[in-house]
Amino acid sequence: MNPEDRYYSTEHEWVLANEDKTLYIGITEYAQEELGDLVFVEMPTVGTVVESMGKLGEVESVKSVSDIYCPISGKVIEINQEAVQSPEIINEDPYGKGWLVRLDPSNPEDLNQLMSASEYETFLESLGH
Amino acid sequence: MKRTPLYGEHTDRGGKLVPFAGWEMPIQFSGILSEVKIVRHSAGIFDVSHMGRLFISGNDAAKLLDLLTTSHIATMPSGKAKYTLICNENGGIIDDTIIYKHTNNKFLMIPNASNEETIIEWINKYANDLNYDVEINRVTTETVMIALQGPQITQILQPICSIDLLNMKPFSIIEGDILGYNSIIATTGYTGEMGVEIICNIDYGSAIWSELINLGATPCGLGARDILRIEAGLLLHGSDMNDDITPLEAGLERFVAFDKSTFCGKSIMLDQQEVGINKSLIGFKLEDKGIPRHGYKIYQNNDTIGEVTSGSYSPTLDTGIGLGYVPIEFAKEATELQIDIRGRMTKAKVAPLPFYSRKRSK
Repeated sequence: MNPEDRYYSTEHEWVLANEDKTLYIGITEYAQEELGDLVFVEMPTVGTVVESMGKLGEVESVKSVSDIYCPISGKVIEINQEAVQSPEIINEDPYGKGWLVRLDPSNPEDLNQLMSASEYETFLESLGH
Repeated sequence: MKRTPLYGEHTDRGGKLVPFAGWEMPIQFSGILSEVKIVRHSAGIFDVSHMGRLFISGNDAAKLLDLLTTSHIATMPSGKAKYTLICNENGGIIDDTIIYKHTNNKFLMIPNASNEETIIEWINKYANDLNYDVEINRVTTETVMIALQGPQITQILQPICSIDLLNMKPFSIIEGDILGYNSIIATTGYTGEMGVEIICNIDYGSAIWSELINLGATPCGLGARDILRIEAGLLLHGSDMNDDITPLEAGLERFVAFDKSTFCGKSIMLDQQEVGINKSLIGFKLEDKGIPRHGYKIYQNNDTIGEVTSGSYSPTLDTGIGLGYVPIEFAKEATELQIDIRGRMTKAKVAPLPFYSRKRSK
């Protein structure tokens, strides 16, 4: 279910590395399912530098508000305005159209500290899902 | 944690279950926002079996209910229902409930799930003290209660219902057959839409629930129900009112029959009517993006003036809406307020209730 071409965090974010070493970041299927219908998304402005596991932004669903953490440190270089305008696309397509930000990582090798898809699935099972 | 007899139906249909007032209840099925839309435009179905169901009967039942509620119960015609308040001696609201009149000495009361025990004790205490002939028959666990809500419910229910639904006015009650099973059919609800609530024996609950879904009703959860009731300006006991708040403060004066000779809490309410109230429930709409939630502070300029008691994003109005209490001088329509949404002061304005009311065809 979770695509194998990317990395996962224990806070249910995914990271996809591009050829140019920049990273797409989004939330996982599990996260969107747990949050329910998203209504608002708050992301930092382009140029913001975020620490690893620092707060990247917030997503707010009908039920609750959750912080989104940055799985890896770096500088925000692009925001998915479509997701900010229409947060429901994050529910509909969390691994595709519903990406959140593009990041220029400070240390690309930090990616190795994140989980693979199969490790993430084992992690989800340990949560009882 | 208690489970309703329809629990298996909910897990089979992908319902997401959460604890609510001691019960494991579905908060959503397909999604909260889509369920709200379905109820506003077609028909949704809710399991409300967690709510209390008390038959109150006896020669003094009507007299006691007249004493313990703010409404005229004894003179209500049989087959009618009333939304009413049960208050303590200080006028504080112990619960809000709907009372249905079957006969002159038999009534059905629907207390909130979390207040059922309190209400039973309250009624029994008064019945004993006054030596009244009143008996409570609690059928909550022997029955199922299903709320069918939305503009298309008549088309869905009529083919399997022995009662002509078009002849039923809002807030009435009748016994009839649904799918051939004896049921209580009431035209009430908690969504602001046309509604029917069905009470039947637990043995038939699943059959009726499944057949209504087959006929086109969409299962909905408590998440949608909460948004629907806030949009419709309907209060939730325990959030928007409690036993320290009077009906006048809660904006429910229209449900207080001051012409009744006596009822519990009347003198305090009369005082408030004469002297006025200090605080009042308000509805407010956000002017900026955000969702107000229970417990957020209400500000005017730099002063905290109150607290949000219920709040949500309203898909029908496409804005944040909420209820809360403020000193009376800030309760006027269009008063500018701010809601502290996690440190961000968000503009809001006092708005008349309900936020939403359906267009009535007749």
